[in-house]
Amino acid sequence: MKKLKVGWFSFSCCEDSTIIFTEILNDYYRIWKEKVEFVSVGVLQKRSKIKDLDVAFVEGAITSEKQEKQLLNIRAESKKLVAIGACACVGMPSTQRNLFDEATKKEIENILIRFKYAEKVKKLSEVVTVDDQVPGCPMDENAFLQIINKYLNEFNIS
Amino acid sequence: MHNLDLTIADISKIEGKASCKIKAKDGKVEKVKFTIAEYKRYYTQAIRGKDIVALPQLTARICGTCSNAHLLCALKAVENAIGLVPSPQTVLLRKLLNYGLIIRDHALHLYVFVLPDLYNRDSILDFDEKNPSEHKLLDDTFAVKAAGNKLGKVVGGRSVHAPFLTVGGFIKIPSHQDLFNCILDLEAIRPKVLDLIEIFTEEDETLIRKDLDFAALSDSEYSFLYGDLIRTDGSRVPADHYGDFLEHVTVPYSHASGYKFGGNVYMVGALARLNLAKDKLHNKTIKTAAKYLELFPSKNIFHNNLAQAIEILHAIDSAIEIIEKIEIKNEKPISPVRKEGIGIGVIEAPRGALYYKLEIDNSGKVRKGQIVVPTGQNQIGIEGSIRQYLTENLDRVDSKEEIEQYVERIVRAYDPCMSCASHFLKFKWV
Repeated sequence: MKKLKVGWFSFSCCEDSTIIFTEILNDYYRIWKEKVEFVSVGVLQKRSKIKDLDVAFVEGAITSEKQEKQLLNIRAESKKLVAIGACACVGMPSTQRNLFDEATKKEIENILIRFKYAEKVKKLSEVVTVDDQVPGCPMDENAFLQIINKYLNEFNIS
Repeated sequence: MHNLDLTIADISKIEGKASCKIKAKDGKVEKVKFTIAEYKRYYTQAIRGKDIVALPQLTARICGTCSNAHLLCALKAVENAIGLVPSPQTVLLRKLLNYGLIIRDHALHLYVFVLPDLYNRDSILDFDEKNPSEHKLLDDTFAVKAAGNKLGKVVGGRSVHAPFLTVGGFIKIPSHQDLFNCILDLEAIRPKVLDLIEIFTEEDETLIRKDLDFAALSDSEYSFLYGDLIRTDGSRVPADHYGDFLEHVTVPYSHASGYKFGGNVYMVGALARLNLAKDKLHNKTIKTAAKYLELFPSKNIFHNNLAQAIEILHAIDSAIEIIEKIEIKNEKPISPVRKEGIGIGVIEAPRGALYYKLEIDNSGKVRKGQIVVPTGQNQIGIEGSIRQYLTENLDRVDSKEEIEQYVERIVRAYDPCMSCASHFLKFKWV
């Protein structure tokens, strides 16, 4: 039986939407079991194959070139990409360092250099094309369920 | 294994990103580098200038998993700074919110992250629904998590970043009926949690750390939110002095600060709490779990899993007792008076002691703050535990896969939270 192949990925954020996602599974895991294949979900499993995904759900903002490359790869391997939660959709609060004054930027400069941070933190749409958004901090549960149902229909998963 | 060069790039089934590099030559462990790989979001800097009422909801965003612990600890620090004493009802509701967090958070860790290891599965989603015992464990996973989640929603408006909590009280008070409805769920999951305790007693691993100290906060009712600091030797110190014992250690390859406690490597979390205060658990928990509690105090770091399972039972029993006794009044939050002060908040988050020290100016803005989280405190101990396992087992183990799997299990036993750990720079309090 054909299933919707999904991945769930986290970049810079508090992973609050991941927690909401794991709580949604309390009610929906058995409903989705025959319809959704969790191909890459680090919080649930070690196996991970980022290839030929139907939908990638991505939370968090992008704070380094390494993360940017990872996101570009996820985008290239996914038919649809959905930004999950505030940091992915609008950047904040993870983009807060972009707003620091010069003295504060100077204070964190050594860490930025040592661990190869990007000059600024970006929301997802500044790096890749985003097909849908589930806003909220954490994400809105009902909006997420609507998106899942939308893609189950779009990919003809009955 | 004689020689080993192993990099575990992305340790799975934990909260956030961590990695580990291991090198061994001629049967000797040469290098173990446990790295918290989560990028910083610079909350130490971002909280400066924020109003005391805005701060707790901002720092809740340090971590989705422990968000309500950050919220409760920040509220405590702010209220201590301005001398605000919350009402008895507020204290009870905050305890209830925290019990919901303990149930949900420990259940996520034990059922979703750890249990697959005990059944040689990659994921809880791989459990065989046709096998009655595995089918039951899936049922239990969702039921226990959901009961904790529901308690958090009823009390705080949401189980993550609870919106009803504010400085001085609650902006919306839960109805007694909604609270009372939670009792049915809590009673229903109690036998499931007893089964979980039995599983972790019988099936888990053993790694004894003889050189490890413990530190925990506890009061007479093991509330997680109040009490004195208890040290390994049983001595008690007022919680406000917690920071006096913390010794910052730079871990150059990690995004997070490490800590020693009074100069020693130590562990915080459920194992520390049970080792130092098991006699303060709820009476019903002590009675029901008596034979399991005999295993404590323990220096087996895998007993952190068992300790968490017992704490779920304690959270259930304590929450039911509060709900049965509480008389809900429709009281408004106490308005905070903005004034200069220094406030310390220490609570037991699910993963261990969480420490906030805030300096507030006379307009109610944060001048500076220090936040020390459990995983930062456990970081050196995690690396030490991996090193000890390798030293004791390298000559016995033949496959990289077995080592990788066991190292991941050690890390998971500590239940680390990388989102929390990585967001603080060394802070010098002048």
